[in-house]
Amino acid sequence: MSVKHALLALLEQQPMYGYQLRAEFEQRTGTTWPLNVGQVYTTLTRLERDGLAAAQGEDAEGHVIYRITDAGRTEVATWFTTPVARTQPPRDELAIKLALAVTVPGVDVGTVIQQQRGATMKALQDYTRLKRQAAGATAAEPSDLAWSLVLDSLVFAAEAEIRWLDHCEARLRRAAVELDRRGPRPTDDASAAPAPSTEGRAR
Amino acid sequence: MTDPVLRLTDVRRVHGTGATQVEALRGISFAAYAGELVAVMGPSGSGKSTLLTIAGGLDQPTSGAVVVEGADLTGLGLDARARMRRTSIGYVFQGFNLIPALTAAENVALPRELDGVPARTARQEARAALEEVGIGELADRFPDDMSGGQQQRVAIARAVVGERRLILADEPTGALDTETGEEILRLLRARCDAGAAGVLVTHEARHAAWADRVVFLRDGVVVDETGTASVDLLTEPAAR
Repeated sequence: MSVKHALLALLEQQPMYGYQLRAEFEQRTGTTWPLNVGQVYTTLTRLERDGLAAAQGEDAEGHVIYRITDAGRTEVATWFTTPVARTQPPRDELAIKLALAVTVPGVDVGTVIQQQRGATMKALQDYTRLKRQAAGATAAEPSDLAWSLVLDSLVFAAEAEIRWLDHCEARLRRAAVELDRRGPRPTDDASAAPAPSTEGRAR
Repeated sequence: MTDPVLRLTDVRRVHGTGATQVEALRGISFAAYAGELVAVMGPSGSGKSTLLTIAGGLDQPTSGAVVVEGADLTGLGLDARARMRRTSIGYVFQGFNLIPALTAAENVALPRELDGVPARTARQEARAALEEVGIGELADRFPDDMSGGQQQRVAIARAVVGERRLILADEPTGALDTETGEEILRLLRARCDAGAAGVLVTHEARHAAWADRVVFLRDGVVVDETGTASVDLLTEPAAR
């Protein structure tokens, strides 16, 4: 995630110091992606170095206040109008885990799927509970609306994961049926075939 | 723990006989308590709709018990079951199932009038129920003059009128867009928070997430459950 651009976008509203920026960020996004204040100050130092923000003195309590520069404004405008890059899908632990589960012998893939689906469903229930509390649909405050939209994003992502897990389960079941239909495996044939001949010999 | 509003015990439902026999439910035990919303999920053919029609007394199990507010539906005659459906059980369908020739208020009042409540009282109750689901001003409209979301609100008002304590909803948001669907779930949720027991059948995880518990069905058995379930609420089907 681009902390740099998020902070610049907040500074475009008004000059702020580090703690304020963190609070504003979390008000809009909840505590979904917590920022530590050290990260905020490192980023501010880098923004200042790159000429995108500038320190404009201290307030009464000694906080260093930062403001956005013209170059910073241009940077923010470009960020908002450029789609988020999707060139390389982020590494997805679950997809990797399932890909390995279906290929490594002795793993009960059905259980892997079922446990994950239960856990994701639980997360989805939690997000939905937060949504209900946020009463977000008609949020008049822009920051409430922002939080509600972030929650929606989490809800849709969790839902997509559950749909994908259902899909995996259905495909695995179909594959198992297909395997059965192709008839007994060679080893089974070997044990089944001699039986009649043994019987014949006995007679 | 108090008695559940709905309890299914080892319910089986077999359709057909011989070679074409299909076992839709294979020994399901399931309960819904006052104040909770339970979602039932599962792929097509998993038995989730059969479960709901049996819980609502619209269908009879092949074996097992279905107890609603202390009364075993399987031991009741047709008339007594119909009465239960009017007084204790509210049903919400994907296709709304409103009577087109009746206004919203008349649709909602109908089960009360059939139950012998004086017409005047029934109409008053209907208006109050429509008020509660946020469409009091549409009481005199006909279903055809309403949007899908408004029609589903009427259906919910009809399902809850007369203080019925068991609400069964079969894909109630299936025909609605995302936001309207959420409003409908909010209403169902509110009704359960106010003390009803709700069972919501859905294939969408996003909708199931409004429930306190989510039960997964597959091939007519419960395979998984999430939420605050105690072992008492979920009994494994007997070994076969």
